[in-house]
Amino acid sequence: MKTRNREFKKAVKGSLCSPSIPKVPCKLSLSDRFNNFLVRASFNRHDYAVDPGLYALGEPTADSPVMVSANYKLTFDLLRQALVGLSAWILVLDTNGVNVWCAAGKGTFGTKELVNRVKLTKLSEFVSHRRLIVPQLGATGISAHEVRAESGFNVVYGPVRAEDLITFLSAGLKATPKMREVTFSLPDRLVLVPVEVVQGFRYFAFASIFLFLLGGINPVVNLLAAYFAGAVLGPVLLPWLPGRAFSIKGFFAGLIMLAVVVAAGTVEASLVELLAWGLLITSLSSFLTMNFTGASTYTSPSGVLKEMKLAMPLQIVAAIVGALLWLVVRFF
Amino acid sequence: MSKLKYLPNVVTLKLDRAKCNGCGMCQIVCPHAVFKLEGRKAQIVDRDACMECGACALNCPEGAITVKAGVGCASGIISGMIRGTEPTCDCHAEGGNCCG
Ligand code: SF4
Ligand code: SF4
Repeated sequence: MKTRNREFKKAVKGSLCSPSIPKVPCKLSLSDRFNNFLVRASFNRHDYAVDPGLYALGEPTADSPVMVSANYKLTFDLLRQALVGLSAWILVLDTNGVNVWCAAGKGTFGTKELVNRVKLTKLSEFVSHRRLIVPQLGATGISAHEVRAESGFNVVYGPVRAEDLITFLSAGLKATPKMREVTFSLPDRLVLVPVEVVQGFRYFAFASIFLFLLGGINPVVNLLAAYFAGAVLGPVLLPWLPGRAFSIKGFFAGLIMLAVVVAAGTVEASLVELLAWGLLITSLSSFLTMNFTGASTYTSPSGVLKEMKLAMPLQIVAAIVGALLWLVVRFF
Repeated sequence: MSKLKYLPNVVTLKLDRAKCNGCGMCQIVCPHAVFKLEGRKAQIVDRDACMECGACALNCPEGAITVKAGVGCASGIISGMIRGTEPTCDCHAEGGNCCG
């Protein structure tokens, strides 16, 4: 908020039209883009917020639509980019710098905050209509009928993706079924892979040092293969890996990487060694891919809990047996 | 690519059709097209696609829908187990992808 946002704040100040409503340009500058990339790769996730409040995009009038957004800069940027050439009001809620869906799940992007922000910004004095366009993914935190009862504003749920906003607006606030559905396509998943990789890296680095001291470079390569299987291959190949449970998909991703390390010769040609690494790589990969349920957009909590109860004991036993076998070949 | 499906027959989603007024809100807010209006009443047409986000229940003006919404990520559930609390989650994704 303090450092990375400086460019953006300047842009806001430089084009103020009225003293209380900051104006924003809808094109992103190059430094915006670069910073956004860094945040995605989770190098600097914190303090990436926009001040909550009412913003003017273009030259909005009393009839212009009101778009509700979160105060996470990436969300805000997506929105203003999607609205290039349009005049609108943007009502930014205080979500502690978290995106709409996450914040809605936590309740910070919620009925109370929305009603509050409408009052604080005196929105009803700026617009003559009583309509708020809320991103559909915000519906997990917002109750449309309660917002109306408490603020007099009608909530209209916009499309899931900001890129469909223009079509939605020009169709008279109508979204096609496709615009209402959340996908989990390859690009959606690819964006999340760096996050998965960075998340567990500490443990991976720690375990690598340990393995290197015990067995040299080969076991480190095998561990890397397991890590790659669970954090990259599992998520990327998700629709094509067998099974519905993520742990099963992860197991198969592990098998693929097992074949790779066997072919590469970093697993010694003995049955016990093969068994040891087979168990280690598949259990680790299974566990890591199971963790990817957290980032997926279609897994239910009840399902994840069921899967974990079955998979975790197996993963733990497999990992322990694998580790013991490996130590046995190494030292006995 | 066909739609990704998670485990069958696990979700806690329930619809009481007697209470439904046919407003269609559930159909609008659901990100997985679980509901469809049929004969001026909502109907669950794709139950296994439900991710228990809770949007439908929260936005049903008649209180006709119940679902146990919660954190759907393994690491959240694990940290909940360790701390002995309800599952919690650190969201880390953008663009509508999130654990929770
Ligand atoms: S939101 Fe409730 S009342 Fe409206 S259609 Fe759905 S179930 Fe019926
Ligand atoms: S809980 Fe969410 S995914 Fe499930 S039916 Fe309701 S809106 Fe759809």
